[in-house]
Parts: sequence; structure tokens; C-alpha cells
Amino acid sequence: MNRIDQLFSKKQQNVLNIYCTAGYPTLNDTVPVMKALEAAGADMVELGMPFSDPLADGPVIQESSTKAIANGMSIKTLFSQLKDVRESVNLPIILMGYINPVLQFGVEAFLQQCAETGVDGIILPDLPMDEYEEEYRPLFEKYGLHLIFLITPETSDARIRKIDSLSRGFVYAVSSSSTTGKDKQFEGQQAYFERIKNMQLKNPVLIGFGIKDKATFESASAYSNGAIIGSAFVKALEAGGDVPQTVNKFVKAILQ
Amino acid sequence: MNIAVNTKGSKYHVNEKGYYGRFGGAYIPEMLYPNVEELRTKYLEIMSEPSFQQEFEALLRDYVGRPSPLYLAKRLSEKYGAQIYLKREDLNHTGAHKINNTIGQILLAKRLGKKRIIAETGAGQHGVATATVCALMGLECIVYMGSVDIQRQAPNVARMKMLGAEVIAATSGSQTLKDATNEAIRDWINNPVDTHYIIGSVVGPHPYPDMVARFQSVISEEIRAQLKEKTGNELPAYVIACVGGGSNAAGTFFHFTEEEGVKLVAVEAAGQGVHSGYSAATSQLGKIGVIHASKTLLMQTEDGQIVEPHSISAGLDYPGVGPMHAHLYESGRGLFLNATDDESLQAAYELCRLEGIIPALESAHALAKLKELELKPSDVVVVCLSGRGDKDLETYIKNLQK
Repeated sequence: MNRIDQLFSKKQQNVLNIYCTAGYPTLNDTVPVMKALEAAGADMVELGMPFSDPLADGPVIQESSTKAIANGMSIKTLFSQLKDVRESVNLPIILMGYINPVLQFGVEAFLQQCAETGVDGIILPDLPMDEYEEEYRPLFEKYGLHLIFLITPETSDARIRKIDSLSRGFVYAVSSSSTTGKDKQFEGQQAYFERIKNMQLKNPVLIGFGIKDKATFESASAYSNGAIIGSAFVKALEAGGDVPQTVNKFVKAILQ
Repeated sequence: MNIAVNTKGSKYHVNEKGYYGRFGGAYIPEMLYPNVEELRTKYLEIMSEPSFQQEFEALLRDYVGRPSPLYLAKRLSEKYGAQIYLKREDLNHTGAHKINNTIGQILLAKRLGKKRIIAETGAGQHGVATATVCALMGLECIVYMGSVDIQRQAPNVARMKMLGAEVIAATSGSQTLKDATNEAIRDWINNPVDTHYIIGSVVGPHPYPDMVARFQSVISEEIRAQLKEKTGNELPAYVIACVGGGSNAAGTFFHFTEEEGVKLVAVEAAGQGVHSGYSAATSQLGKIGVIHASKTLLMQTEDGQIVEPHSISAGLDYPGVGPMHAHLYESGRGLFLNATDDESLQAAYELCRLEGIIPALESAHALAKLKELELKPSDVVVVCLSGRGDKDLETYIKNLQK
């Protein structure tokens, strides 16, 4: 069973998914960050595959990507770091990135490596749903990998249904129409969260974008199965210091 | 004028799925889906409306000054042994072909009920053209421009500000056109409802490449009519245009793509030399990939990171080309050449001295390749003079003194 499905079969509320950029703050921090996340009590990890031109991301994640690329991170390097990750990390692992580097790596080669290293899910925000359905879906299924799609407040009900039918693992509900790390308030988003909740999707729903602390995590989780924190965590890592300690402090502040 | 002309069944125009051959599409995050989908379902319908076409035509005629002349450049013709015509887009209001598209898109934005306009710009010509139509229509205008380009195209930055636009510096990456485009797309993601993004070239997600090409197709439509009048034959032997993203080339080629006897020559910026590491010659250096939501030829590393391009002309300093051009290149329908920074400067000085016209550095790339074509005296050649060189004076003066 895919680890994402396992997680949601055990836990339906307050699921905490933390995003971090692979190869950040230093090249070899990827696995130590994941270990520390698991030890601190996070439920899932989303690893960003850095891209030179990350359109959907705000400045914090873009800068971490630029730094990670400068550190020498690439998809190839990432897979070499993840080679033995399953000996030390049990968290579901999601790789998030943009389609171009994956196309250059080769889509099937990429999925095969994901399966071999124990990756569970993939988020590719700029892969169109139709293209996935027509071209790539059988490959994802062949390797047992979940593709997670995004929805936004502007996504129509009909399209949300379609996205829900194609998504596996969970649906990623972007809290407001924005790039990552925008400091938008949740007020005014309740109607959207209620709408999603009332749609009774077949997949669990995690809310992301703008979640940065205990308060925002809890208010998002009140409408969904949990939330995803990205920019705030990257910022915490950026501030420096001992990585396991920083991670522990950050996660505990949200969960306790 | 027929900007809604039916191109179904064409090998070189966009198909129903938004592709040119294997290039094109709409690789957009969900946050942009409603905006792009709204455009996709409405652009042809709106462009077909008689009231839209009347307004577009009237503005092009009375505000832009169209049709732009097709000028037989006698001394240039003599030098290269052919009948060389210049399509004088430099004489348009705001000094380049870019205004054709911004007039079209602002009319479209108004019909879509948008209140706020964003744009990206490299050389500043598209930024000026966008600021101009926003002033004309009384809409808020925000232009993203790489901070390097802000420095090298100062006169256009001043123009935009004078026209009431806010110019925002893109400070990431190479701080040029690619990064300005990223910032504009981010703005659009953050403002999904009231904002229209006026893309200045035939790049971006479908329907932009086709929409922009259609607004620019007035260029080739006029060329055909003007050639018929001047020579009795509406089909030239060659049409030549420079290509960064490729909007002036798309407009120059549009009504000739199905005329296989007309050679379509696209000239890219070789910078300091195609293989110097400082180049923007995408068809030579690019591999298929996705940039700014479109699958096209793209300069990139083996790992799929986008490579910083280089060109002396800010308008050509882009690591991709429009999907239409990628397809023209791959299918062999287009002849893709490239001109170095130096060749282009020399071509610009030559045009000044032979014809009394100071071309934009972008257009000078197209002129620079006349020497490489095997021209016969009977050959009719049309070069798109996409813009005027006022904005490049500093570069021209600096290099003249060398």
C-alpha cells in the first residue's frame, strides 16, 4: 500500500505535511531534514526539486531553489541521496517540481527511480490534467505513484470533481489564488473551504499556501484533513543553526 | 483585415489543442487555469465580432498610422543585388510593431471586463506599447522589466513612466526578459480575476501564441496587398524577420506560411557567437522543453534548468522561441539563421548610411543576413523593420566610438 494511503487510513485529521527544497540549505541536508521532520512528528514530507524558473512559487522558495541548484542539486543527485532513504525514513515522500526538468530526465525513467527509492507521490503544478490523462496516467499507475493535483478558489465544482477523480493520495487545496509564501489571511476563504468540505471528495484534502504557524495550521485543518507548510519552514531553515534542532523547534511549535 | 481568418487544416498554424506540430500547449499551474481558459474559449469569438474588428481597424489606422509603408530600399537593393523592401513597422506610433498586438489585446481585455493590465518587456517596446494603450483606455498598467534591461533601455523606461505605467524591476536570474516574464506570470497568479496579462510575443500558454500572431498578421496581410500594387505579384521570394520570442516574425510570416514558394527567414541573436556561451540562438542551442507554460525549443542544461541567454539587443535576449517558430524550424518550413552582436551593429550602421534609417538593434539582426542569401536581381525580398533605433542610441554611439 502506498504510504500516503496508509497515513490517511490511520489519520484523518491535522495531517502535517512539510515542504522543503531538496539540497537546501546545504546539498546534503535533504535526508537529515527528513529524518528530523519524522522525529519531530510531521506526517509527510514534500521535497522540492529545484527549478531555475519556479512560476508558482514566491521569493522564499525561489531563493531556496536558486541556492539548491548552486549547491549542485539536480534530479539525478536527489535520487542518489534518496537511494537508501527508506532505511531511515518512514514518512510518505512527495516530490514536487516543474515539468521541464522531469521531461529532460525522462518521464518514465523518473517514475521508475521514484518507485525504486520509495517515493510515494508527485506534484507537478504545470503538468496539465488532460496531458496527464492522455499520456502519463498509465505510467504513474504502473509504478504505483500518486499524482496530486491542485485546486484553487477559482476552480469550478465540475473541474474539482474531475481533479478529484484523477488525483490519488490527496487533493492539494491552494488556500487563495497566489504564489507560495504570500501573506494572505484566511478570512474570506471560509466559503471556499466550506464548499470543498461539502463536496465530499473521494480523496483527503490538504490545504496549502499561507500556512505558517500553529494558528493557521489549525484553522486550515478545521476544514480539511490537514495542511502543508512550505515557505515558513524554508525561512526557518534559512535562518541557520543546527538543522535537526531548527526542524524540531519548528514542528513542535505547530503541533504542541 | 481578417484577424479571425480560418486556419484549420494548416500544417503551420495552431491546431485545436493549441499545438504547432509537437510544440505549444498550456503548461499552467491550476491557479492560472480560469484566466487562460477564459481567453481560450473567447478569443476567436471576440476577434470575429464585426464591432471588435471595426474598432481594431480604426485604431490601427488613425492612432497607429497603418498601413505602415512598404518601402523599396534602392541603395540597399543595389548593394545586395535584389529588390529589397522594408516593411516599416518602425513608423508605427510608439516606434515598433508591438502596438498592433497591444491595441488588439486591450480591446479584448475590455470586452472581458478586466480593470488592470500587466505586461513584461525586454527592450521596452512592448512595455511602451502596453503603457500607451492603457493610457488610451484609462486602465491601470504594471510593466515588469529585468533590472539589466531597465539600465540598457532607459529611454523606454522613461516613456512608460510618463505614460502612467508602473515599472517593476525583475531582480531574479539574469534580470532580463525571461525573469520579467516570470514576475508577470506570478502577478497574474496573485490577481486572477480583474487582471489581463498582455503578453508581447508569440510565447506563453495557448491561446497566446496564436492570438498574438493574429494581431500581428496585419503585417503580412499588408505586405501582400502592397506588393501586389507595387510589383503585380503579392508573393515575394523571401520574407525576413528577427526572432526573440518571435512576434514580428509571426506577423510577417502569417499570410505566407501556406505559400511554399515564399522562403521564410528567421534570424536569431547569436550574441558573441552561437557556441560562445553568450548567445540567444535558440533553434541552434535549444532542446524541446517547457518555458512560460509552452512546450517549445528552449536553451537549458542537461538537468533541465533554463540557461541565461545573451544578446546585445534586449528584445532578443530570451532562452526560448514561440512554439510556432519551433515548428517552422523543425518542419524545415522556416530557414533559421543567426546574427552576432557585431554583425547586427554593422548592419544597423549600414542601413543608416545607405537609407537614412536608424533601425532597432533587433531589426538589424534581420538585415545582417541579407549578405548570406543567394539573391538574384529579380528576387523580391521583404525585411520586417520591426522597430526604430532611438532606444538603442546609447549602444550605437558606444560601439561607433570603439
